[in-house]
Amino acid sequence: MEEPIIRVNHLQTYFYVDSRISRAVDDVSFSIPKGKIVCIVGESGCGKSVTALSLLRLISDPGKILGGEVLFQEQDVLKMNTKDLHNLRGNQISMIFQEPMTSLNPVFTIGRQIVETIVEHTLLDEKQAWKKAVGLIERVDLPRAEQIMTSYPHELSGGMLQRVMIAIALSCDPSLLIADEPTTALDVTIQAQVLDLLKGIRDESDMSILFITHDLGVVAEIADYVIVMYAGKKIEEAPIIDLFQNPRHPYTKGLLKSRPIIGQHQDRLYSIRGQVPDLSELGQNCYFCDRCEECLDICKEKYPPYLSDGSQHNTACWLYEKGELNESASGTN
Amino acid sequence: MRFIRDSGMPAENKRGVPVKKYVLKRFLQMIPILLGISLLIFFLFAMMPGDYFSSNRKLTPERLNELRALYGLNKPVIERYFIWLKNAFHGDFGFSLQHMLPVTTLINRYIWNSFIISFVALFFTWALALVIGVYSATKQYSFFDKLVTLGVFASLSVPSFFIGLMMIKFFGVDLHILPIGGMLDTGSNSVGFAYLLEVLRHMIMPVAILTILSVGSLTRYFRTGMLDVLRMDFIRTARAKGLKERTVIFRHALRNALLPAITLLAFELPGLFSGAIITEQIFGWPGIGKIQLDALNARDYPVLMTLTMFLSFLTIFGNFLADVMYAAADPRIRIAKKE
Repeated sequence: MEEPIIRVNHLQTYFYVDSRISRAVDDVSFSIPKGKIVCIVGESGCGKSVTALSLLRLISDPGKILGGEVLFQEQDVLKMNTKDLHNLRGNQISMIFQEPMTSLNPVFTIGRQIVETIVEHTLLDEKQAWKKAVGLIERVDLPRAEQIMTSYPHELSGGMLQRVMIAIALSCDPSLLIADEPTTALDVTIQAQVLDLLKGIRDESDMSILFITHDLGVVAEIADYVIVMYAGKKIEEAPIIDLFQNPRHPYTKGLLKSRPIIGQHQDRLYSIRGQVPDLSELGQNCYFCDRCEECLDICKEKYPPYLSDGSQHNTACWLYEKGELNESASGTN
Repeated sequence: MRFIRDSGMPAENKRGVPVKKYVLKRFLQMIPILLGISLLIFFLFAMMPGDYFSSNRKLTPERLNELRALYGLNKPVIERYFIWLKNAFHGDFGFSLQHMLPVTTLINRYIWNSFIISFVALFFTWALALVIGVYSATKQYSFFDKLVTLGVFASLSVPSFFIGLMMIKFFGVDLHILPIGGMLDTGSNSVGFAYLLEVLRHMIMPVAILTILSVGSLTRYFRTGMLDVLRMDFIRTARAKGLKERTVIFRHALRNALLPAITLLAFELPGLFSGAIITEQIFGWPGIGKIQLDALNARDYPVLMTLTMFLSFLTIFGNFLADVMYAAADPRIRIAKKE
């Protein structure tokens, strides 16, 4: 990948609950190129959101970032002092969340919540910040900007609030936007509009986006690169077209097979059997082996290494060990 | 910390009218409630057997009837209620035969003594609980937090009469640094600033007791409220925006955590005037708590009735204040009323 804006190396975030350790993010590495949209996909509880939150160190107790590095502009975010971290958050890297309805403070006006961010990170005074905020609201395609500025969150709809969140995120022209399932709580038409908005912003400002989702439809819509996570591990990574045309890991194949196809009647939609293992009870085996349709003997004994063959499409699966990147493995699709 | 105004916001124009309407409506609602309560209180006291004269065995039945007729106690209850109500509207709440004073004069003489210690104690309770509660919430499970939790349960479980007497023994008798009771020194005739200082010195222990008694539960309340708010999504958003932790806690979290406390504060209103019976007794504080107890023993019903009515009024008025303050502090309330 060409000139990454952020490079994540061997990130480890564990949760300590009832003297058990949940390895929510275990040795995950990836990078995000400038101006590209990278999607992380996976089932609920596979560590996508924790990965996203870890990048800004927004993990709170009982979670802990144990190791790895997050390199942003040659600085390790995980080792930054508080002042630099606050300067980074919302300024160079900003974030939007899954539930727009609860992500804004109910007792402050929208305007105040945008202005607050601008005043914190720039030298603008409140009046200038207010003007800029009105501009931001217009930029995220909300009508009657002045009126929205003086509204409270409960007076707006979910879609409008997510646009407000995007406006806040854009307020300091960040170079990276982390979007943690930003469309999951919205209905489908609004979802499409928000995706278009994000893509439009990327095209305008060459901002990179890390997009977390479990929805492959959304991935197809927006992603340049895709990272597939399973049980806290990165298991496959590929450019979007590659991944959809030629998935390698059986889990990725399963995910793609479980999508309904428009115009094609199916009595029963395919689903991957079983469920995500308990992250605190993982063994030495491949975490997917008991759900895998192509499980080998070695899968039950050893977790496969993440193989990089120099191309942009890599996976962690024993089926592709020894350089056997055979196309027949995907023949079942 | 920079303060951000909602500049250019036409608050009065946008929401002024519904708020005024709402306040007026809530205010008018108080009238029937108060009438209902007066009815209830009057009849409950009328139903109680006996009156001020019945415990006096020296009175002959004839004299008893004479006295009852004199004070209107022989009339039908309904009639007595309306007479009482009419007088009450004129500010006359009856006459205390026990103290030989009009009830309002009697209450006015003692209630402020109770008010002053309750008010100072309330101030300290809230200030301490707020600071300790919020701070221990931000440091959950730290050593300080555990210490606070221990202190909270200690404060909840120590009885006031015991700790009060211990304090009198320690500070008053052993160390001689604080007076052992009363509101003024015996035979004192100090005036002006000296008088004020004397009262302040006497107040220290009762106020300390009252504060210790209630600071525990309130600290716990603020700690829980703050913990709840700190878990909310918008706090994560505030952090993700790059706001300083101080701003996140004091601007974003505290404002939300304080909303439910408005109701709680309003409920403290009657407590300010009700007097602390046990504490006043221990420290010989001339407050309204003792007057109530004496009135109960002597069947001095006009005093009891007036006090009960006054406290009921304060409770209802406190509720009204809570609703108004809530509407002012929480923008979500106004919309709910509009729709």
